[in-house]
Amino acid sequence: MFDDFFLRALVAGIGLAFVTGPLGCLVVWRRMAYFGDTMAHSALLGVALSLLFDLNVMIGVFLVAAVIALSLLLLQRRGALSTDALLGILSHSTLSLGLVLLAFMPFVRVDLIGFLFGDILAVSTTDLASVWVGGVLVLAAIVALWRPLLAGTVSPDLAEAEGLQPERARMLFMFLMAFVIAIAMKIVGILLITSLLIIPAATARRLAGSPEVMAVLSALLGAAAVMAGLFGSLRFDTPSGPSIVVAALALFLLSLLPFRREDRRPQGVRS
Amino acid sequence: MFLPSPFKSVLRAKPHVAALANDDGRLVALSGMGVRRSGRWLVRGVDLDVRRGEIVTLIGPNGSGKSTTAKAAIGILCPDEGVAGQRPGLRIGYVPQKLAIDSTLPLTVMRLMTLTGPIAPADIDAALHETGIAHLARAEVQALSGGEFQRALLARAIARKPDLLVLDEPLQGVDFAGEIALYALIKRLRDRTGCGVLLISHDLHIVMAETDTVICLNGHVCCRGTPQSVTDSPEYRRLFGPVAAPAVAVYHHHHDHTHLPDGRVLHQDGSVTTHCHPDDGHHHEAALADGDDDACGCGANHHRLQGFAPAEERHV
Repeated sequence: MFDDFFLRALVAGIGLAFVTGPLGCLVVWRRMAYFGDTMAHSALLGVALSLLFDLNVMIGVFLVAAVIALSLLLLQRRGALSTDALLGILSHSTLSLGLVLLAFMPFVRVDLIGFLFGDILAVSTTDLASVWVGGVLVLAAIVALWRPLLAGTVSPDLAEAEGLQPERARMLFMFLMAFVIAIAMKIVGILLITSLLIIPAATARRLAGSPEVMAVLSALLGAAAVMAGLFGSLRFDTPSGPSIVVAALALFLLSLLPFRREDRRPQGVRS
Repeated sequence: MFLPSPFKSVLRAKPHVAALANDDGRLVALSGMGVRRSGRWLVRGVDLDVRRGEIVTLIGPNGSGKSTTAKAAIGILCPDEGVAGQRPGLRIGYVPQKLAIDSTLPLTVMRLMTLTGPIAPADIDAALHETGIAHLARAEVQALSGGEFQRALLARAIARKPDLLVLDEPLQGVDFAGEIALYALIKRLRDRTGCGVLLISHDLHIVMAETDTVICLNGHVCCRGTPQSVTDSPEYRRLFGPVAAPAVAVYHHHHDHTHLPDGRVLHQDGSVTTHCHPDDGHHHEAALADGDDDACGCGANHHRLQGFAPAEERHV
């Protein structure tokens, strides 16, 4: 059934969008966009290290992203540098470290562009399976952690005072992000993962009346962007990863248009 | 076990909180509690109990450790010294001092009610009516005014039917009529449910009349006692009017020391120390027991009923 490369790409992309939608909402609410970006950038270091130690690339990327997230947590607690500056340091130094390490390994031939911008049309049946199995696991974890995650977003103190464990939820949330980055890398690439987290969530904001609706909507909007982007890339022969992001952007811009009735009240007559 | 602090709380909820006996009426208790940050004690040597049906008011100037103390009492902050205890299974309703909710989060007042756990629709309805914001149930919280949001947070806390209600500076941005209404609401709630109340206020002189214990903090417990009824004092009666008078009470401080601008402590006997310890020989609690106006003699006019100026508040 999944012999066709395009169909595989489509199904993998939609599976990924279903996960990045709800996860992206939490990223946006918690103002962690740059944080997600930093974790994604560290994926290249993960790629380089897994090639060096002959590890599965997905496992290597997950481990490095998780370590980066934990060290950020610790450095933040220390409070010597602002989170902003810390993210800036880690984001670009891990990306550069990855590039330098790869350059030291002339014996491995790496499709660098594929890692940076994704190669969704080369998705194998194994990749497809890992996206969907991993995706279902991540979604189940998000559902199980939803209450402490949402309450911790509003106020960690409040959540903890009333018996939840927002700190544990936050840490698991970071592992989920690392996991999603590992499975998303192949599809949209290291540099574009964050867009699939942020843009559908931002698009869903204006249409949603509750956090839960926003999470579901942003999953659907992400899936729509994947479909539109892939068909567009086939039609106009454009790179698939960036095409998906452009489609997501188009949906976002559409959502900015006034669509409610009360927004279109007649304007006053100009003299 | 050595673990960096962010990871400790991952293992178990409130790992540092001791369990109090179920039958002694204490909901939360602190003893000798101190919290240190960056090598400086934010607050130290605090003893505090809140029992069922009791109202405890924490007062003190900005940065005196009121919120820190309250957070340690409800177990969301691990003390660096001393012990924090909590009755097992205690249900807390917490109204934090301020919240910054990102505008991208579509959160209505109704959804806010069930933020930390499920609540029966009838209880939500009752809490919204009690706080007078039933008409705002479908409004998004970011669109509320400061006072409305404060009431929404209060409604959320009381809808939980808590054993202990904790309010961190609920009077910020609330006018005097609002203060009276809030105190009346807290009293009704306490009378009806028998919950304990821990109230934090920056007002150093006027407290809720029903308060059982006032604790004045300034890095340590400066003094504690019970407030005196406004009705005993004609000046205050004139000031607040006959309606407001029963809701508020006056707290007379009985400090035996003042705080210098650099944080050191000037004792009544003229000596200056870096810290204030109850048993270091500079104190004279016994002499104050009779409550005479000038028994203290430290010149900080803690016992005057009228004419306090903002400049004097810094002494407290």
